[in-house]
Amino acid sequence: MGLMDEKEIKAIIEALLFIWGDPLSLTDISNILEMEEQQVQKILDEMMDDFEYNRRGIRIIRVRDKYQLSTRPEHYQWISKLTEKKENKGLSNAALETLAIIAYKQPITKSEVEAIRGVRCDKAIDTLLSRSLIREVGRLDKTGRPIVYGTTDEFLRYFGLEELKDLPKLDELNSIVENMEE
Amino acid sequence: MEYKVILDTFEGPMDLLLHLIEKSQIDIYDIPINEITEQYLDYLAKMGDMDLEITSEFLIMAATLLEIKSKMLLPIPKNEYEPEQLEMEQIDPRSELVRSLVEYRKYKYASSKLRDFEEIQSKVYYKPKEDLSSFDNDDSDIIEMDLDKLVLVFKNLMLKGKIKEKTLELNEIERDDYTLEECIKKIKNKLKKNKVIRFYELFNCNTTRNEIISIFLSLLELVKSKYIVIYQKRNFDEIFIRRLKEEGDGING
Repeated sequence: MGLMDEKEIKAIIEALLFIWGDPLSLTDISNILEMEEQQVQKILDEMMDDFEYNRRGIRIIRVRDKYQLSTRPEHYQWISKLTEKKENKGLSNAALETLAIIAYKQPITKSEVEAIRGVRCDKAIDTLLSRSLIREVGRLDKTGRPIVYGTTDEFLRYFGLEELKDLPKLDELNSIVENMEE
Repeated sequence: MEYKVILDTFEGPMDLLLHLIEKSQIDIYDIPINEITEQYLDYLAKMGDMDLEITSEFLIMAATLLEIKSKMLLPIPKNEYEPEQLEMEQIDPRSELVRSLVEYRKYKYASSKLRDFEEIQSKVYYKPKEDLSSFDNDDSDIIEMDLDKLVLVFKNLMLKGKIKEKTLELNEIERDDYTLEECIKKIKNKLKKNKVIRFYELFNCNTTRNEIISIFLSLLELVKSKYIVIYQKRNFDEIFIRRLKEEGDGING
């Protein structure tokens, strides 16, 4: 579709992302533009750089194959002046620990998580499920057919990660810990 | 209550044990089991003093620690004739515990890293999705409403609510003293004064379920005998009852 110049395509994509608000997939954007996904992805990558380079107040974030507009965390102090301070409902330590184990060891069953944490995790898992941070990815083919859990795209977005491989490396974390002890 | 803050933060026996080890600055791979067991049990005692619930997991860990402690006290038997068994005995009784502590610590640090990410991301805002419903080709008609109609609908609802309330309050069976004949007569009397009456005029807030049924049956009877017609301009609009015949005057009038 060589009819539109790239500037116009970028403008259209920006409008689409603005209207949609939620994460919009590369496939959807490409279908709307009637363009190859590869080409659109290249343009989106450029746009992300453009927004970053020009220090725009809005940036484009990517979560796997989805794109979304968001504000920048460093502008929080100004944004928060618009309204009453919002209640920051972060995860409890129990939920966060459980989530960390699931994130690194997925797919994993509840009892495997409990074996590592040394405590029951029913409540934590319920919380994580209800906040769409984890999901059931299947069942194990053994007695009781236990549910196997994995993380969601919402998990990646919640922690500002593009892919699972962006998680901090466990080995590095471990060596930091070891070094701290010496 | 000096322990309160600390006690509340432990996620379980592993967390507590890790805390004790880090506090004492001891090597996790060479835990002085006597010392740690003592500290651990001390802690459970404090939790007990404070009426904090000591879950079974904490007790299991206490038992594990005591088991390791007793195994460490046993002299290592030197049995030259059974080298295989010797190998088994030489395994450090702490190794299993150390392995799981190291594993747990890995994820504890990972979760503190995630906490940092969460903190940053909580300062990021997204825009809610626009309402795109106007793009949908929905042919369903939206009925024109003006204030009068709205008031009417509201009145209807109020009336319905009241009738319901009344019937719910009934706790005794009333004598059926409201016959169909009487009811028909009553409606006819109303229609003598006005040729057209509103359906809801037949009811008031004291109307009981029996009366409602009688009135309804009477209306059906009157329609059947072509004494009245009932009409309505729109669905859920007000219902009107119009007299067709003059009472006693036959078809004329």
